[in-house]
Order: sequence, then C-alpha cells, then structure tokens
Amino acid sequence: MTSKISRRAFLKGSITAAGSVAATTGIARAAKSITHETKEPLVTLLDISKCIGCEECVYACQEANTDKYPEPQKPFPKMYPTSKVPVQDWSDKRDVTDRLTPYNWLYIQNASGMVNGEEIELTIPRRCMHCENPPCVKLCPWGAAKQEENGLSRIDSDICLGGSKCKTVCPWDIPERQTGTGIYLDLLPSLAGNGVMYKCDRCYNRLEEGEVPACIEACPEDVQTIGPRSEILKKAHALAKEMNGYIYGEHENGGTNTIYVSPVPFEQLNKSIETGKGKPHLDKVKNLMADGTNFAKAMLIAPIAGLAAAFGKFYLSSKEDNQ
Amino acid sequence: MKTTGKLRGYIYAVTLFFITLSGFGQMPIFKRYYIADIPGLGWLAQFYVTHIIHYIAATVLIALVIYILFDFIFNRSGLNRITGSGYFKIVILTGLIVSGGLMVIKNLSNIHFGHNSIIVLDLVHLSLCMMLLCVSLYTLIRKKRWVN
Ligand code: SF4
Ligand code: SF4
Ligand code: SF4
Repeated sequence: MTSKISRRAFLKGSITAAGSVAATTGIARAAKSITHETKEPLVTLLDISKCIGCEECVYACQEANTDKYPEPQKPFPKMYPTSKVPVQDWSDKRDVTDRLTPYNWLYIQNASGMVNGEEIELTIPRRCMHCENPPCVKLCPWGAAKQEENGLSRIDSDICLGGSKCKTVCPWDIPERQTGTGIYLDLLPSLAGNGVMYKCDRCYNRLEEGEVPACIEACPEDVQTIGPRSEILKKAHALAKEMNGYIYGEHENGGTNTIYVSPVPFEQLNKSIETGKGKPHLDKVKNLMADGTNFAKAMLIAPIAGLAAAFGKFYLSSKEDNQ
Repeated sequence: MKTTGKLRGYIYAVTLFFITLSGFGQMPIFKRYYIADIPGLGWLAQFYVTHIIHYIAATVLIALVIYILFDFIFNRSGLNRITGSGYFKIVILTGLIVSGGLMVIKNLSNIHFGHNSIIVLDLVHLSLCMMLLCVSLYTLIRKKRWVN
C-alpha cells in the first residue's frame, strides 16, 4: 500500500503539468461533444498500450465518488439463514485498490504478452463494461439498476436491496456488495436483502454537468477517450490497425460501451491476468440477453396462434353443424 | 366440447404453476431459502433459465387467453355467463399480460423506459400476481367456476 501511495505521489508531482494540458484540450473538447451528443450511446476507448499503471484514475474515481460510498450501520442485523447470507463488509478496507470493491470501482490489472517475439508487460484499467443491453439492469427485479439513454448503467443505492442478482447475471461479476446499508434495513432486514451493490456509474453526475468521468480526466497518458459510439468505434479500429492490435468489448455480451485496444491478443492477456473475486476476466462473452430477445420475438406468435386455434375450432364445429 | 374444456383447464393450471414459479425465480430468493438445493429444483436459482421459462410460459398463457377470448366471441357464448370471480380474474390476467408485455419490450436492446415506470411496472406485475394467486386459491377452495 505504502509503495503505491508514494509511487502515486511521485507520479502526481511529475505529471500534473501533462494532466492539465490534457484537461484543457482534448478532454474539454470531449466534454463539449458529450453535452451536445444525445442520441448515440457514449463509449469509452481504452488504449492499453499507453497505460503506465500509475493508478491516478483509480484514486480519481475514489475521490470523485466518495459521496456515493456506503456508510453502513453496525452491528449488522442478523440475516437468515445465516449459512446462505454472507455478510460482506468492505467499510474497514476502503483503501483496497487491487480489486473491485464497493469502495473501489476501478482497478489496474497486470497482464503480459508477446509482441514480435518480445514479452511486454501491460496494465489494464478494469471496471464495469457498460454493456449495450446490460443484464444487470434488465434482469434487476426492482428496477434498482438503471440504464441511461447515453448507455451508462448504474445501480440506485436508494432502491437496491443487495440481493446480488446483478452480479450473478453479469458476465464479468462486476457489482460488489456492502452489507448493512440501504433500504432493506427499513423492510425485513433479517429475511430479505443484504445491503447495496456498487459499481462504476460512469460518473453519471459529472456527465450530466458536461464533465468527463473522473478517471478519464485524471489520466496523465490519455489512455481513455470518450465519445459517441460510431466515432469511438472508428477510432478504435484505426488504432488497432495502426498498432497491429486487437479489440475487446465491441462484441462481448452482444456489445459493450467500453472498447479496449491492445497490442497483444486478448486470449493471451486473459491467460496472464489474475482473475477471481473482484478481478474480472478478459474472455470471450456471448450475448447473454440474446435468448431472451429471441423468445420475446417468438412471443409475438402467441396471439396469432390463439386466434388461429379458436377460428379453426369454430370453423370445424360450424362445418359439423351444417352437415 | 367437454374434453377441450378440460384440456384448457389443465394447460392453464400447468402454465400458471410454471409462470408463477419462474416469476418468483426472478427474485434472488430460491437460493437463499434452500429451495434450489432440493434435487431437481436447482434451475430455480439460474436466472437466465427462469427468465426463458417465464417467457415460454407467458407465450402459452397469451395464446390460451386469446384462444378462449375468440372462442367466446365466435360462439357468442354471452358475457353474462361469466361469474364475478371470473371477471375479477380476467381483469387481473389482462393487467399481468399488459405489464408483462411492457417488461418484455423493456428488456430488448436499445429500449429505455423511464426509471420510475420500470419500478411501477415491477411492482404492479408482482402485486397482480399475488392477487391472482389469492383469488385463484379462493375459487379453487370454494369451487367457483369461470362461467355459469
Ligand atoms: S459489465 Fe456487468 S455490471 Fe457492467 S453493465 Fe455489463 S452486466 Fe452490468
Ligand atoms: S467512470 Fe467514474 S465511476 Fe467509473 S471508473 Fe471512471 S471515475 Fe470511476
Ligand atoms: S489509465 Fe491512465 S491513470 Fe489509469 S493507470 Fe493507466 S495511465 Fe494511470
């Protein structure tokens, strides 16, 4: 931890100038375009080759979102059945930055791979992918998880009961739970709910004010770019072509609003990264909502089938009557 | 006539059973309360499975309701034959189908409903389901029929 902070402090000193230049030029332009662009979803492009793993983005995220973090009440209510309801408490581990937690919505994943016969080390900022058709939002039984028109998804901490369904259905297991907070405390805390789920909300409140997300603004290397989907996809493909690289996120889970570009194939990166609790993979992901969409289309046949059956029966019986 | 009536009844009962079970499966409760641990019921905790089963059961239910509706219209069976509890269940079922249909649309890609409308839809759908279960239990116990 100490080493990280000192490294961070060191970097902070040396990069402020670069950061402020970025803040007044490209980022300011991006912010302007975001406020004017309403129809298309907003997509972030992450050029992994540029990331130096300084964690500036991680700390910027924490700073920008501190007010949204839970202040759980202790002791936690007893939740039954105790063997099935795990208490998840991160409130005393707020400084953990090497994985996703309710108090850390973005972390840096270390990866390595071969480029032109040479092994290279990479660092990858990881957080919610902001899926185009987000299962966490669509399958939330209470409407606590929401998707905004600009494509970002977020979990309303005033409504979430902490049942963790969003995490179960998320292909990257992104949302993280904090016990002892939220509306479940006012309902039946021992029998239903278990806190609130937290994840990156793409700094929705900053976007509303025409500002770019904190992690984008803080990055000294301009790793991230944000903009309308078509524009960002064009940029991502041009960048991938230029570096002879690879793209992740464009088609995963049917398409996400986060596009990574890397000089190393993602299969390789996926093998090299540490995955597990709070540490998402970089595997291929099929469209998890596709079956639902197909069955929804099939549902349109139901009224026609019902009508046809009723008419068929009527036709047969009137034929019988006439004979 | 009698046999189709009976068949309809069976289809309705089986559909209602699965649609309710898979509907409750949308909430993370079956795992918490050991129900998914019962052999053969593990699927109740698999959200993508219950989601599809709910859709399939809804498709059958909608087809059945439309069939009965048009059968009624074609045969000019007479609205006055429908019992009070029958009317009540028809209203609830209509509400369930409409709110459910809207939720199916909401789940499609690139569809954005207002946050509050989604919460209202969720609550209306759940409340109507609870009402239908109570009324159905009542009509089952009191042997009340749909039509006289
Ligand atoms: S990555 Fe997971 S949490 Fe993020 S939008 Fe997709 S399903 Fe939801
Ligand atoms: S977009 Fe905002 S909430 Fe999401 S990781 Fe970046 S700073 Fe954190
Ligand atoms: S994305 Fe930028 S701020 Fe974050 S670790 Fe990489 S270089 Fe640093």
